[in-house]
Amino acid sequence: MATVPHELDALVRREYQHGFVTPIESDTVPPGLNEDIIRLISAKKREPEFMLEWRLKAYRHWLTMKEPHWAHIHYPPVDYQAISYYSAPKSKQDRPRSLDEVDPELLRTYEKLGIPLREQEVLAGVAVDAVFDSVSVATTFKEKLAQLGIIFCSFSEAVQNHPDLVRRYLGSVVPYTDNFFATLNSAVFSDGSFVYVPKGVRCPMELSTYFRINAASTGQFERTLIIADEGSYVSYLEGCTAPMRDENQLHAAVVELIALEGATIKYSTVQNWYPGDEEGRGGIYNFVTKRGECRGANSKISWTQVETGSAITWKYPSVILRGDNAIGEFYSVALTTNRQQADTGTKMIHLGKNTRSTVVSKGIAAGHGQNAYRGLIKMTPSADNARNYTQCDSLLLGDKCGAHTFPYIEVKNPTAQAEHEATTSKIGEDQLFYCMQRGLSEEDAVSMIVNGFCKEVFRELPMEFAVEAQKLLGVSLEGSVG
Amino acid sequence: MLDIRDLHVTIDGKKILHGINLRVNAGEVHAIMGPNASGKSTLAQVLAGRENYEVTQGEILFEGHDLLEMAPEERAREGIFLAFQYPVEIPGVNNIYFMKAALNAIREHRGEPELDALEFLQLVKDKARLVNLDEALLSRSVNEGFSGGEKKRNEILQMAVLEPKLAILDETDSGLDIDALKTVADGVNKLRSADRAIILVTHYQRLLNYVVPDYVHVLSGGRIVRSGDRTLALELEEKGYGWLEGGAPKRVAEGVRP
Repeated sequence: MATVPHELDALVRREYQHGFVTPIESDTVPPGLNEDIIRLISAKKREPEFMLEWRLKAYRHWLTMKEPHWAHIHYPPVDYQAISYYSAPKSKQDRPRSLDEVDPELLRTYEKLGIPLREQEVLAGVAVDAVFDSVSVATTFKEKLAQLGIIFCSFSEAVQNHPDLVRRYLGSVVPYTDNFFATLNSAVFSDGSFVYVPKGVRCPMELSTYFRINAASTGQFERTLIIADEGSYVSYLEGCTAPMRDENQLHAAVVELIALEGATIKYSTVQNWYPGDEEGRGGIYNFVTKRGECRGANSKISWTQVETGSAITWKYPSVILRGDNAIGEFYSVALTTNRQQADTGTKMIHLGKNTRSTVVSKGIAAGHGQNAYRGLIKMTPSADNARNYTQCDSLLLGDKCGAHTFPYIEVKNPTAQAEHEATTSKIGEDQLFYCMQRGLSEEDAVSMIVNGFCKEVFRELPMEFAVEAQKLLGVSLEGSVG
Repeated sequence: MLDIRDLHVTIDGKKILHGINLRVNAGEVHAIMGPNASGKSTLAQVLAGRENYEVTQGEILFEGHDLLEMAPEERAREGIFLAFQYPVEIPGVNNIYFMKAALNAIREHRGEPELDALEFLQLVKDKARLVNLDEALLSRSVNEGFSGGEKKRNEILQMAVLEPKLAILDETDSGLDIDALKTVADGVNKLRSADRAIILVTHYQRLLNYVVPDYVHVLSGGRIVRSGDRTLALELEEKGYGWLEGGAPKRVAEGVRP
């Protein structure tokens, strides 16, 4: 009988859209890690003494640490001495001062990725900082933002021009001793984005950083620091891609968010690092530490992430709810296909009174993908009347993939409440057949069902990116059935 | 329109249909009745292209084309519609969006332009009135949280929107109270037309009080054991299926027209 064979266990054959390499001359330090390399990185960036000291403290601490292995992921040992810790496009002497000085090859790269850096072509209402390998290559709309007192620049520039802010806030949420990968990042981080929104200012546009790993055998260690001063608001988005290479590449970033009294930070990620091929060769190891602190009362931090890339994703964007009435949110879609592995979730640490947190996690596993949600909800003794609601749903496509849920709930205050709901479902032959009986193709049916599953998360994304995320999910699932 | 010839079907190696012959012309309403496990739903599923059924013998022609060569979505686009016995829930997918995607897939296949959101909204609202479905259900997720009756009415709504050539209603009456049954039947009657054929698969006679069929076929043990007009259904109600199951088939329905 000639019906379409739609065995759901048929594997994902997906084309990675951003796998090209930009032929560009790079200034790359030799592989290996020691104090000299760290001094070299710091010197290349002409950093003040306090930065070098901080890096060296982190490095010395890192030497005492062991790579963590508690996550539900498996990979061969990483040789930290085989990685190059700094790579930058060779530009004339210094970083370019304006877009006109940016290497046209780089601009073309970002255009290919759909991230135009020329301001007149830029999506209205989005300012972009582009980080290529280890350095920020361009930041748009800087002047316009400066009129409002908003600082949006590369981390390196912030170290030069706003050392007091950096000194005051760097490591105040993720200390250099925090964990193996964050400590490594603290020692060797090369660049990243810096945002400061002054008191009472509502940032009028989306701020966005676009990360691109290009060079081979390098790690990317960027550091993002966002400070929202009292009563301010900022929405920030990051996107990430990398070329297709056979070897694994390490990405160990740190993101710190600080929301002071009455401030709101909305942080959205669309992560599409190269995931490796069907056999699991190559791909990015994404070991990322992201944490925000609602330092003041009535502040709010909201994380939204769409994770479709990387061979391994290990990240737990978290919120420390210190101020009273603070709100923490985490909305996540994580998709694993082929041999991808994701162990992701969040930590909501309730310290203040009447603090509230919401966690909505949607895991989708296809092919041989392994998808784990790991979350900690902690209500400390001071967290009177704190509330948490957690919902984590898993969707399986086929029968060779896996979904796992590891919720940790610690409630040490009798007036605090935590709710946890979890579901696991298989994308049903019934659902597919129903859609196809109505005339939809199988791929449209899968994409419709998966998008429906993720709806609660997508509606948290800024509009331009929600469309992007849906498309990305569609592309990632192409050929996942059939 | 539809010509089923000597259809044999197995599922997981178990034989369900043992040589079905049936012809359905445009404008006709056929009721297929039969006891539980007689193969009624199998027939409906095979017509729609469900993959786990294996056709071991026979053929099905739909408008002269070999239906068994067509994928389920092709059949749908060619005008075959199955109202499911158990309509499927699709969380997070808006009902209107779903129907619009389906209609536009069919229109594209026919070489017609897509309907935009506004045109479609008008269309679906008109059709919702036709089947007396609460407009609020239009903006909910497909079948999610619908009552049994709402799900069945939603199937009829989809049928009204997609305007199939051949509609197969698989136990659409099951689980409905009398009021819901009347509403559904009323909707089906409004969709009867000279260029549309309808196959009603049902266990009970009562639906046929409201949707009066042109022909009634009794399926038992994977064969059509009796064909007749609506009086056959009444006779069945009186005597039960045992009446036909016991004896030899009196008239095997090969193109039978009473």
